[in-house]
Amino acid sequence: MTRLPPPSAVKLGLVIDLDTCVGCHACVVACKGWNTQSDLGTPLSDQNPYGADPSGTFLNRVHSYEVTPPAGPTQQVHFPKSCLHCEDAPCVTVCPTGASYKRGSDGIVLVNEDACIGCGLCAWACPYGAREMDPSAGVMKKCTLCVDRIYNDALPEVDRTPACVRTCPAGARHFGDLGDPDSAISQLVTDRGGFDLMPEQGTKPVNKYLPPRPRDRDTAGDIDILAPLLAPVAADGKGLVAWLDRTLSKLPGGHG
Amino acid sequence: MTDPVLDLSRPIGDAVRKTTCYMCACRCGIDVHVKAGPDGKDRVAYIEGNRDHPVNKGVLCAKGSAGIMQHNAPARLRAPLKRTGPRGSGAFEEISWDEALTLATSWLKPLRDTAPEKLAFFTGRDQSQSFTSLWAQGFGTPNYAAHGGFCSVNMAAAGIYTMGGAFWEFGTPDWEHTKLFLLFGVAEDHDSNPIKIGIGKLKARGARIVGVNPIRTGYNAVADDWFGVTPGNDGLLILSLVHCLMTAGKIDTDYLARFTNASVLVNQDPKSADYGLFIRDDELRPQVIDQRTGKLAPWNGEGVEPQLTGTWRNAGYTHRSVFHLMADRYTDPVHAPENVATRVGIPAARIRQLAADLADVAFNQPVVLDRPWTDFRGKRHDRMIGRPVSVHAMRGISAHSNGFQTCRALHMLQIILGAVETPGGMRFKPPYPKPATAHPKPHSKVVPGQPLDGPHLGYPQGPDDLCLTEQGTPARIDKAFTWENPLSAHGLMHMVISNAHAGDPYKIDTLFMYMANMSWNSSMNTRGVIDMLTDTDEDGDYVIPRIIYSDAYSSEMVAYADLILPDTTYLERHDCISLLDRPISEADAMADAIRWPVVTPDRDVRAFQSVLCDLGARLSLPGFVNEDGTARYADYADYIMHHLRRPGIGPLAGWRVGDTGLQDGRGLPNGNQLNEYITHGGFWTSHIPDEAAYFKPFNRAYQDWAVTMGLYDVPLPYIFQLYVEPLRRFQLAAEGHGHRQPPDALRGQIRVTLDPLPIWYPPFEDAHIDPAEYDVHALTQRPMAMYHSWGSQNAWLRQIHGVNPLYVPTKIWKKHGFREGDWARVTSAHGSITVPVALQESLNENTVWTWNAIGKRKGAWALDTDAPEATRGFLLNHLIHELLPPKGDGLRWANSDPVTGQAAWFDLRVKIEKSGAPQESQPVLPPLASPVPKGPNSLAWKIR
Repeated sequence: MTRLPPPSAVKLGLVIDLDTCVGCHACVVACKGWNTQSDLGTPLSDQNPYGADPSGTFLNRVHSYEVTPPAGPTQQVHFPKSCLHCEDAPCVTVCPTGASYKRGSDGIVLVNEDACIGCGLCAWACPYGAREMDPSAGVMKKCTLCVDRIYNDALPEVDRTPACVRTCPAGARHFGDLGDPDSAISQLVTDRGGFDLMPEQGTKPVNKYLPPRPRDRDTAGDIDILAPLLAPVAADGKGLVAWLDRTLSKLPGGHG
Repeated sequence: MTDPVLDLSRPIGDAVRKTTCYMCACRCGIDVHVKAGPDGKDRVAYIEGNRDHPVNKGVLCAKGSAGIMQHNAPARLRAPLKRTGPRGSGAFEEISWDEALTLATSWLKPLRDTAPEKLAFFTGRDQSQSFTSLWAQGFGTPNYAAHGGFCSVNMAAAGIYTMGGAFWEFGTPDWEHTKLFLLFGVAEDHDSNPIKIGIGKLKARGARIVGVNPIRTGYNAVADDWFGVTPGNDGLLILSLVHCLMTAGKIDTDYLARFTNASVLVNQDPKSADYGLFIRDDELRPQVIDQRTGKLAPWNGEGVEPQLTGTWRNAGYTHRSVFHLMADRYTDPVHAPENVATRVGIPAARIRQLAADLADVAFNQPVVLDRPWTDFRGKRHDRMIGRPVSVHAMRGISAHSNGFQTCRALHMLQIILGAVETPGGMRFKPPYPKPATAHPKPHSKVVPGQPLDGPHLGYPQGPDDLCLTEQGTPARIDKAFTWENPLSAHGLMHMVISNAHAGDPYKIDTLFMYMANMSWNSSMNTRGVIDMLTDTDEDGDYVIPRIIYSDAYSSEMVAYADLILPDTTYLERHDCISLLDRPISEADAMADAIRWPVVTPDRDVRAFQSVLCDLGARLSLPGFVNEDGTARYADYADYIMHHLRRPGIGPLAGWRVGDTGLQDGRGLPNGNQLNEYITHGGFWTSHIPDEAAYFKPFNRAYQDWAVTMGLYDVPLPYIFQLYVEPLRRFQLAAEGHGHRQPPDALRGQIRVTLDPLPIWYPPFEDAHIDPAEYDVHALTQRPMAMYHSWGSQNAWLRQIHGVNPLYVPTKIWKKHGFREGDWARVTSAHGSITVPVALQESLNENTVWTWNAIGKRKGAWALDTDAPEATRGFLLNHLIHELLPPKGDGLRWANSDPVTGQAAWFDLRVKIEKSGAPQESQPVLPPLASPVPKGPNSLAWKIR
């Protein structure tokens, strides 16, 4: 069993905006590409990549759900999911070798592949299904929050952000310190009512999700406000031309 | 306990090389990180977006990041191939380039010398059309086009004829200022990253996004309001919005009067041969009534104040402005929401709500910039007033037989709101704006041994510009620019094989294609096309005698060619994303870009454009040889730097040679130009002055800047063509006027569909089948993480989209008692498929759909024959024919738009029934022999 460190002041994590995510999978593939070339661990492998049942290791996946409200059309929500870097991370405490650990300095949850025996207990303990065993390497893989990007002096400063955040075309992914209530992403969480995924699990995820804004405005309430905008000025084409001639002649410089 | 110490500051690779993505047509900038492999050769380690690039500004979509898997795909062809077995068997032998090019020359040279039209050269997803068309023009064949005819020519042609520009490459929403973004029927592909970046900006600002699409996925999923329109009825919805706005007087009258031809006078004398044409003066300038004098004046006269509602009485007739005609047509209650709601599939109250939103945003929330500017009539405007309603649409509304007029209607909606080229609306990207009249007209005059008399494709202004022979028969194999589809500005690639097979209008000898998967997802009637490609005549010879094909990958089309010229991947080649073609400009900047070989091919392959330079020299094509007959260009890179299209104008506008040094836009060729591009991140950009940034078609500052930069040679101000006079000229011919007359059978169609003002009519298929029997609309969309067939050999992307069920709405799901895992038999008037189904509730209740081109033929793309793409994946193409079913009039009508010839893919109607589960999706075609070896059983792509 592995102990968690005392809660860190800095809590690095992601804020994912479900109002904006278009479900394009850009983050999924950028993550795959980065963590395959990364020297932090073994590459993310793919089994049967050109065959009947291709199956590879991904640290981030996008799911789509349909939501049918009591009134109005069915909606679709895109839901990217990766490790939430929980404060009370059951994947750490369950680890028999200490391979799974939470960093004391910034709260990032990582796997020390040298110590990982591939027993899979952590994946079983994670209520979010955020860990994947890599069959080629026989070690557990998970989101590293691109720890080899965010502190990487070899990268331009602007690029020291997770690959998924850097690539997200719609700007639906945000990275920062959720331990600092004044940070830009903490403010975003406050302003937009950010929420924890499955809080009842008691894992205290660091990552937050921003809820979709209401969709499909009801016509009943609006039409009274908007209707005057469409009040007819004429019944037919002739009437419209006549109305226009009257209106334009009243304007400064009009020709009436 | 201390945490492990990690080395967190490793560099990604040995070098970063900046080039242009080609995982789709979006043309984003990419940073390719290369790293030396064990053999010391550079390999691609990682790809990310280029932060400085005007298109994607650093972000990159799933396809772009997965480029590394495309580049390394086992499906890459390895050497030139010569067919050894029957067509379609996939049996080839690898040959040398010298043998391949000698063979190609021996086929092509006699054609050029005797009958150049017997070569049909069509390029698919080609980003070098200004080059490939030059080659075809030099060869002398009239038979050249790219893939626009089956993609989105309705959108492009409607945009060019109406506004002198179109969406995507030529135009963009003003993301910084827009307050309401209206997204029509778009598939989630074209303009991939810019649209996503834009949506992100609007979301961050709280601006409103409205999606009009039968299918609620992707962008429509994040739209604030979704209108699940019934396919083919978008035009009806748009005209209803126009009706609401016009009857309420919620139109930008000042904008309409000054900057559109709403104020131009139309001949109203029904007996006149000019009935419906513009009143013109001796210099042929369309006339308006000048408010200052009440008299006729040319539209562009200095200081003229056009009267929107002008009339002019002459020879007993009152001639009226276009606005009168619009007012009469669109105030008609036939367009009222209550009268269209059922067909459109959207309640009248919601249509009115949308119209009211448009009015509210356009007129109660204008964007006003304190930027004085001067219009082409010399009038000084002290501010720029904009209507912050912006629009985007692509193939969704355009791939219908009423697509051209629907796209026109959409532009009319934008224009009556005053929302084109104004702050917050839609903006053009250089070299646009450019009116239809500034484009070439189509050319088709063939002289053996000589080049064609001009560019193949263009914008006809009337019947005189059609591509007809002296006998009146089609001059082109695809019958573009004929009475069947007069404004076919992109050609009709989808008709080439069926026409060539039928010998109608004539037989050809060699079909030469590039990047076009015609025996699979790029053809309607896939099975029929395969039969045509393999059909033999009474002598046992192929009906289409010779087929040359170039592709980088082992696509389905490879098996049907006689000679394969293997292309490189996009990371191994030079390209120019040119201002002569479809550049990477933004609304505030003119820009172009390159690709360059960031790694060296490890196979015996050559960039197709370099091969064309070589072939052009072997054939002594004008422009491809020097005066002494030697090859003019060593390769495509040489062409890019040294070709001159006009004096001072070449394929790339950056770093040209001037009198005192390097300069932008115009200048002499620079042999170091590509190196300059490479040094500067793979692209060049020049900003448009602030005063010139909006109202570009009408803005003197923009026009002058465009001349300086070489976009035009003289200023070309114009006004938007709400009334498209060339359409009226075709109608007049159909009414019996003029010396060039359409066949009688087409007169009725031309009179109805080539209306100079936007109209809506039902999709043609509805009149050829029983809509009650075929009661379901069937569509395809392209996923954001996949681009056509290209993605399927990509080990990462196929894990995201490896299967494509038929998505079925709740009503149909329940009606047939479908359950998860079920299969359905889907039948159209043309064919039948049996496919897996899945429930989707966020869907128009009468529409089914699937992802486009996920389904694959066994043996293609180096996939295993039991790959899900080949066993459960499927194409809707089997259900669609290039002709409509016979309707008993003795004629076969094209399944395409009667204005442009665009393939009407989305008119498809089907019926559905539950089916027992077959072993595989039906129909099953026999496997192809693969010309490339199988891929590995596992992958872990890391350069060590």
